[in-house]
Amino acid sequence: MADRDEAKQPGRTGIDRRGLLKCMSWSGTGVVWALSGGVPRTLGLLGSAEAATPQSGLVFVQISDSHIGFHAPPNPNPAATLGEAIAKIKAMPAQPAFLVHTGDISHTSKPEQWDTALQVIKGANKQVFFIPGEHDVADSDNGKAYLERFGKGSQGKGWYSFDQNGVHFIGLLNVFNFEPGFKSAGLAEIGNDQLEWLEKDVAHLSASTPVVVMAHLPLWTIYREWGWGTSDAGRALGYLKRFGSVTVLNGHIHQIIQKVEGNVTFHTAASTAFPQPAPGSAPHPGPMQVPAGDLHKYLGIRTLNWVRSGGAPALTDSPLVA
Amino acid sequence: MCKTPLRHVRLALAAVGICGLSAAMPGGAPAGEHAVKAALAPATVAIDAHAFAPATLTITAGTTVTWKNGDDTVHSIVADNKSFRSGALDTADSWSHTFATPGEYGYFCSLHPYMTGRIIVTPAGKPS
Repeated sequence: MADRDEAKQPGRTGIDRRGLLKCMSWSGTGVVWALSGGVPRTLGLLGSAEAATPQSGLVFVQISDSHIGFHAPPNPNPAATLGEAIAKIKAMPAQPAFLVHTGDISHTSKPEQWDTALQVIKGANKQVFFIPGEHDVADSDNGKAYLERFGKGSQGKGWYSFDQNGVHFIGLLNVFNFEPGFKSAGLAEIGNDQLEWLEKDVAHLSASTPVVVMAHLPLWTIYREWGWGTSDAGRALGYLKRFGSVTVLNGHIHQIIQKVEGNVTFHTAASTAFPQPAPGSAPHPGPMQVPAGDLHKYLGIRTLNWVRSGGAPALTDSPLVA
Repeated sequence: MCKTPLRHVRLALAAVGICGLSAAMPGGAPAGEHAVKAALAPATVAIDAHAFAPATLTITAGTTVTWKNGDDTVHSIVADNKSFRSGALDTADSWSHTFATPGEYGYFCSLHPYMTGRIIVTPAGKPS
């Protein structure tokens, strides 16, 4: 997955993931050397006196639900608001190592929508890790186009993991298998193949490894009647419960809702395109109409920052207002 | 099992779409009783306010059903048994599927899986 966006960013000058990993690897070695030499100071990228563990100093940004191709109120131009999100990222004083996009890049799985999204996102000059939303696999081949475009180096229908600064990142897909109807209320599924992969993927990790899970639909049931949940999330979380810090980043519901369960924190994200109503507050979860002047209050980006060694990252949600 | 090209869908809608809609959506009556009587006449399912109307449609084998999205967001038509699947239907988009084989076909929207519908296909010549 390291190369998933590089092809789309031929002109970028930022450090790529491979380079960053090499650099971090060097920094880590440097820290060990410095400590063994009796000089407890940090080097290079770590940049903090507390940075005694590899993940310290890692900053990344989550964006979600850009829905390029949506063309109705309250936001007929989601490419513009995505551009504002990217501008906000570019202005961050502590630049993120990379971005993650937690799905619904496009509104209707059309290549030109992905073209536009990638064109705007590359303005951040960062590597981007994508997972699909159900809007990205809504083509008649159910995800073939997404997989061809974004799935390089991934497993199955596009799931993957990678390690960065000692943090294990997992891109889970829960947008393919839906159980239709009211018996299950249309909850999403991760599916057996992916769950078996997940179990193996984390088996070798030490329990002290911070884990970040990205999945488009929430990994806990927020509102069954609208299908805002994942029916087999419990099995996935079972594989993760031995870890001291698990951060779950979801999209899909276009609003920020958080929950803590043991060592697992769940966070849904704001969209960069349009808000959706609070669970059960409207007849259906379609786009929530808001006054044009208020739209940006409902849109945003999220910054995750390991400001201290070990444990969970600090999260900051920033609306797209000045 | 073949898809009808969109231009045919539009012609069909222009010709019978309004009749199909009104016949298919009597207020509150069980929708399944409202089969399109003329054999092979196109039938229409409206998508509005995150619901299929009629939720159950009875047709004769060989009938082409056209779904039309009147909502402000995208929807799709996916058979429970995966035997048919539309792409994403944006606002005002239509999609058609011809049901050749008698039987009951449940379907849902892959973007909003709580939206469900059913097509009952009776043998040709024996509507309802």
